[in-house]
Amino acid sequence: MATTPPIESTPGGPKTNRIGLSVIEYKGGKTTLCAGCGHNAISERIVEAMYEMGVQPERVAKLSGIGCSSKSPAYFMNRSHSFNAVHGRMPSVATGAMLANRNLVSLGVSGDGDTASIGIGQFVHLMRRNLPIIYIIEDNGVYGLTKGQFSATADLGSKLKTGVINDLPPIDTCILAIQMGATFVGRSFSGDKRQLLAMLKAAIAHQGTVMLDVVSPCVTFNDHEGSTKSYKYVKDHEESLQEVSFVAHFEDIAVDYDAGSTLDVTMHDGSHLRLRKLEENYDPTSRLNALTRLTEAHERGEVLTGVFYVNPQAPSFLDMLNITDQPLATLPESLTRPGREVLEAAMEELR
Amino acid sequence: MATTGIAPRESSGQAGRKRIVNDMSIQVATVNGSGSQSSNTVLLRSIFQMGVPVSGKNLFPSNIAGLPTWYTIRANKDGYVGRKKEIDFLVAMNPETAQEDALSLAAGASVLYDEPLVLDRLRNDLIFYSVPYDKIVAAVCPEAKLRKLVKNMVYVGVVAHLLEIEMGEVEKAIRRQFAKKVKAANLNLAAAQAGFDYAKASLKKGDAYLIQRMDKTAGKIIIDGNSAAALGCMFAGCTVVTWYPITPSSSLVETMIDYMKEYRIGADGKATFAIVQAEDELAAIGMVLGAGWAGARSMTATAGPGISLMAEFAGLAYYAEVPGVIWDIQRVGPSTGLPTRTSQGDMLATAFLSHGDTKHIMLIPCSVTECFSMAQDAFNLAEQFQTLIFVMSDLDLGMNNWMSDPFEYPKEPIQRGKVLTKEDLERLGGFGRYKDVDGDGVGYRTLPGTDHPAAAYFTRGSGHNEQSQYSERPVDYENNMERLNRKFETARSFVPRPEIVKGNNARIGILAYGTSHWGIIESRDQLRNEYNIETDYLRLRAYPFTREVHEFIEQHDRVYVVEQNRDAQMLSLLKLDLKPDQIERLRSISHLDGLPLDARSVTDELSMMEGK
Repeated sequence: MATTPPIESTPGGPKTNRIGLSVIEYKGGKTTLCAGCGHNAISERIVEAMYEMGVQPERVAKLSGIGCSSKSPAYFMNRSHSFNAVHGRMPSVATGAMLANRNLVSLGVSGDGDTASIGIGQFVHLMRRNLPIIYIIEDNGVYGLTKGQFSATADLGSKLKTGVINDLPPIDTCILAIQMGATFVGRSFSGDKRQLLAMLKAAIAHQGTVMLDVVSPCVTFNDHEGSTKSYKYVKDHEESLQEVSFVAHFEDIAVDYDAGSTLDVTMHDGSHLRLRKLEENYDPTSRLNALTRLTEAHERGEVLTGVFYVNPQAPSFLDMLNITDQPLATLPESLTRPGREVLEAAMEELR
Repeated sequence: MATTGIAPRESSGQAGRKRIVNDMSIQVATVNGSGSQSSNTVLLRSIFQMGVPVSGKNLFPSNIAGLPTWYTIRANKDGYVGRKKEIDFLVAMNPETAQEDALSLAAGASVLYDEPLVLDRLRNDLIFYSVPYDKIVAAVCPEAKLRKLVKNMVYVGVVAHLLEIEMGEVEKAIRRQFAKKVKAANLNLAAAQAGFDYAKASLKKGDAYLIQRMDKTAGKIIIDGNSAAALGCMFAGCTVVTWYPITPSSSLVETMIDYMKEYRIGADGKATFAIVQAEDELAAIGMVLGAGWAGARSMTATAGPGISLMAEFAGLAYYAEVPGVIWDIQRVGPSTGLPTRTSQGDMLATAFLSHGDTKHIMLIPCSVTECFSMAQDAFNLAEQFQTLIFVMSDLDLGMNNWMSDPFEYPKEPIQRGKVLTKEDLERLGGFGRYKDVDGDGVGYRTLPGTDHPAAAYFTRGSGHNEQSQYSERPVDYENNMERLNRKFETARSFVPRPEIVKGNNARIGILAYGTSHWGIIESRDQLRNEYNIETDYLRLRAYPFTREVHEFIEQHDRVYVVEQNRDAQMLSLLKLDLKPDQIERLRSISHLDGLPLDARSVTDELSMMEGK
């Protein structure tokens, strides 16, 4: 993977990124999740990605719903504002925040229960709007905080610790996101550091809705034999579509790649997402391709990962609304309260 | 038909001698979707243009087309614009309801009907005018398919002649109604003129009602409450509007879209606002919270069912202290109820909306002027108190046309509340989000994106301490809830104060709010003139109750709380605030048929309860 090694600011001093911050300034509080929980690994990747991309932490708005996943924003990036909303309804809060301040980098963290069950309504509508947001599902197939009930992403035939077998088909949030209009959709695995980090950095470079479903095993309730969301099962069944790498816009672009075997996607900010094909005919700019391949993966029992769909050019929701460049939140009164002559004109029309 | 439309009756022998000038209610019964709204508006405006105080109330079905709808125009020289129970003049255009409409009139009323309906056979104690609409309209409208649409304008001409409304004013109103459609204006004008001519040639005036020019509407405007609210929100500096369509609130946002597109596009050609139609009310209020948290002046408009759906988020907003404005244009519930009828049925549920210990500030406008001014108050209070402000309008106010003085430009600058900037943080070094620094219960907040390492805080619905850190410590929870209570107590002195009108040494008081006001001012006169009952009157304008409310109750032997719901909801809220001996003074007068409150109902009930 092509990344510029962080700059050493002063010899012997802490390493800093391109805006002069050290990685410690991206850290959060101490996690209260279980030891070995996949969510903690995702938090670490978020810290790395934000640090390496040189994102100002104060520009980031962390948003979440309710559940184990949704607690995790407390465990990374303390210098960012955070909003822990109600169950399944983070998308609307994130939408409001972005309407108020389009300069924010919004990062939504949800879980499979928070997204695919109680939150499915807001989820699909968020995907339709192409709001600039990175929406991460920390997907373990069970409700952790309420002690291990199945969620709607649990696979058919998957078994709970108690022996209960899931006899309903799973909702594939990636398929949904692509159908609904999200413009960057992928799946990764909390245990795949390289792939997840590259996808998160590309997500930061994207303008529009990024939906990443990250399989993140629950060590307490869903990591046993018979579960299809256990570390072992995912490792044994993971199929990667591509080898994902990322070259940020501020990095040296002249890293060799073979144009025949690698797809280079120029992101909205000038960064490059490079996808070395592991499957000859896969085209991540085709929705149809993505949906077909994802459907196949279910039939084959694969845990398919990679960037399924990407369209860096689509207009974002904020552009569609023609919102002014300055954040609406801090517009001065001179711009938000029309003058006396406007009221007089409006009154005259009503006389 | 043998007669020209007059069915003489005994008492109408006086017709021509007795004259009732500028005091009548006209009801127009039509079919929903038949274009009658234009005709009704033209008639209303014609009377208004003649300087006579007037109001228009639309009683419509929950249906797009084909069901009966009634429009009531009340002209009153004394300025009473509340609903009048009795109909003086019926325009019966709807064959389906014509018989029932005519049968329900009080003796002596007038009926203008379509000739084939032969209503004059029903009763002999009414004054009938028969008009062959189809013949008249065929003569002026060659295109058969347009006839249905202009037929209603014929009655305007007929009524104009009978009531002596000047045709010049009718023409002016028609030109205004079809401002950009000259052809439609001409066609409608011809229809009205044909009606006028027919009436002049063929109808003999048998009733006593007349409209005569006055000077009581000069400079005034006509507007519905939802449009007034839309204007108010625009001038309040609202930046984010989210909504889910629901009667009777939709027109508030739809009108706002029009105004904002016209007046809130910046020099760069871009919008200084965002209006988003959400997927449901849950999302609409979620967006309000997200935007309010991030610093926008955000709002949504809804009705009872939407309020119910917003309950969970309302609790989060209360507890996490996020500003936002919710307009509740109340309608009859529960459930879908009567979606096109008015009510004050959401007061109690909204005051405590959500689970746990929650209570909310409510503003209660009674007029279009207050829809405009309270929009300013609502946004200021929301940011000053970092909480949701509910503006409790209703269908009668929101969707009906009201006469008003022009709105005054806001006097005060916009109040953004306690927000710390980067510079503040540099000076202070840090802050505790939920710390009561000033003793008023209101903490300081920062906005996401504030460029300072100490700016961020964690917003959550779970237990938190003053530093907004997660906490399950009992004392942290209790302290926080007590502070929220302090904040609510502080709000008592900041919400709009009640309007109090004193009578002549009155021992009894009337306490009402919202659109009940219009019935009350008329009822107080009726009580004085007909029963010799003097009353003082307090009109509530907000919850929590201000000091004046307690004083008013203390000063009176009996206080009649008049409201448009079954369960005396405001009275219940008062009981929570009052001492036992004050509670004993309260009496309830409830009105719950879905129609706007009329004076006569209050007068009848109050006088009876006073033993008169």
